[in-house]
Amino acid sequence: MRSVAERLSSRSTGNALELRGVTRMFGALTALADVTLSIRPGERHAVLGSNGAGKTTLFNCITGDFLPTSGTIRFFGEDITDFPAHERIRRGLRRTYQISLLFRGLSVLDNVYLACRGVSRGRFSMIRPGRDDVLMQTASDLVDAVHLTDSRDRLVSELAYGQQRQLEIALALSGAPRFILFDEPAAGLSPTERAELIEILTSLPDHIGYIIIEHDMDVALRVVERVTMMHNGRVFKEGLPQEIEGDEEVQQLYLGGANG
Amino acid sequence: MAVLEQQGRGAQTPNTVAYWFDRLHPATWLLILFLLFVPAFASEFIQNQIFAWAFILGIIALSLMFLAGYGGMVSLVQMSVAGLAGYMLAILGTSAITDISLGWPWWLAAPVAILIAIVFGTISGALAVRTEGIYTIMITLAIASAFFYFTRQNYAIFNGFTGFNGVLPPVFLGVDWGHPTAFYYLSLGIATLCYLAVAYVARSPFGLALQGVRDNPRRMAALGFNVTAHRIAAYAFAALLAAIGGILLVWQNTQISPDSNGIPWVINILVIAVVGGLGRPIGPFIGALIFVVLSIFALDVLVAIGLAGERFKLLIGLGFLLIVFFSPDGVLGLWDRWRSRWRRRETTDLAGQGGED
Repeated sequence: MRSVAERLSSRSTGNALELRGVTRMFGALTALADVTLSIRPGERHAVLGSNGAGKTTLFNCITGDFLPTSGTIRFFGEDITDFPAHERIRRGLRRTYQISLLFRGLSVLDNVYLACRGVSRGRFSMIRPGRDDVLMQTASDLVDAVHLTDSRDRLVSELAYGQQRQLEIALALSGAPRFILFDEPAAGLSPTERAELIEILTSLPDHIGYIIIEHDMDVALRVVERVTMMHNGRVFKEGLPQEIEGDEEVQQLYLGGANG
Repeated sequence: MAVLEQQGRGAQTPNTVAYWFDRLHPATWLLILFLLFVPAFASEFIQNQIFAWAFILGIIALSLMFLAGYGGMVSLVQMSVAGLAGYMLAILGTSAITDISLGWPWWLAAPVAILIAIVFGTISGALAVRTEGIYTIMITLAIASAFFYFTRQNYAIFNGFTGFNGVLPPVFLGVDWGHPTAFYYLSLGIATLCYLAVAYVARSPFGLALQGVRDNPRRMAALGFNVTAHRIAAYAFAALLAAIGGILLVWQNTQISPDSNGIPWVINILVIAVVGGLGRPIGPFIGALIFVVLSIFALDVLVAIGLAGERFKLLIGLGFLLIVFFSPDGVLGLWDRWRSRWRRRETTDLAGQGGED
């Protein structure tokens, strides 16, 4: 009875994402230690921290690339701790990868088409999509939305690095995302491309919340409402962007991490 | 409105002969004409023992090409799937072993045999898909070996060492499909259908997703695809192809025995697919033709240069080594490289003359 009550109470809080005591061990190494995090629907959140702070491990646990050793993860009230990755994606969770994981042998449009197909019916359809196919149209619109219209029919392996990052974002936006995890979307981008990225992120529909991992404070703090600072697999500090920016301990940690 | 829409659609996807005539390369038309008129100039031996055999082996190797080329899964169980379909046809249908064969008509026995083989291929796939690379090869090889020894030792159903003979192609629509020319057209027609099916499915959502699973399974899961289910479905589709090939093979030989799907044949199918090229569905057919020609004429060549005829497999092996050494992606890869070099030269020539494309 208690567990039902608990489930209902957590549902009534109405958080988009709720992590309770999430821990992940790799052998003796604790990559994530007792992470508790609540994010409201539509909230934009940054996770900062030096290399090895556990940021990407956190993402992998949330998307189900691997399961947490202990703790629970709820997505819009539903306990998804033990769900396989594809089930989480079908519920509206999306992510991008730090190193682009794209289908290099397929065209830009086919990449986005696959992403649209993955969260809709007919994944096993053996009927070719026609020109007036709705999903093909949606995919085409997404290609436009991330400014890749001219490269629509090119193979991903022919794209420049910045374009691949843009395609990553198109894949994450496909279907009806409710929450997106961006893993260092600005890494390796030129200043112009960074500006473009900020524009894409800030122009996302209001109901789509996200967590962004980003080393570039200029990008990260301009596109979020709240910030979580991580250190050695733990949540170190949480607050508004300006609080974190001005925090001396954080400064210390960040500069120390960057130098060390 | 409706009329306008229909007209619009008609203009977008014209299915007329003229449209296809323009769309296909002239070389493709030549190949189609050539294949249609082979019986006009080739002997019955060449029709049946070279072309029909190459089409059938090509279909079985095509099922491996589908799994390996589009799915990244090297399955050695495809010959066993073909073998099981052949066995089931002999057991359910008619053969000279009347004690075992149930004598069902071919139009019932063949589809049921194919269905049973698909179930077998799908279960094998379900066992294999959670592994990758060399482990997939080992698991499917183990299943293929087990199937071979089972058919050799089981007398109640598979008639052990001797297997089944007298499995004749049907007489249907007034045609005796066992006649070499009729059988040539039968295998040509079915091979063409299998080829077109694979080429079509490769661009369907299922086929695209399968290539996505090959390139990046982790990302496919992160797009909402059930990677395991997708791989198993690919095994099921490949089993359908292999089973069709198995039915044709037993009709061509009019018999089937454990050796028809022993380990040498498991390896031969792999060799055919790799030599032809795993990149496109035409590869296995090229590989099968090379294999068939070598295995039939290598003996004569060896005898002609004064070597023992039974060493013909040596020549096949050397040919395999040479092709794989010079082109890891098979004959198709050689062809693609040659063509792109030729095209580049052509475009630079044209550019020099100020010509247009």
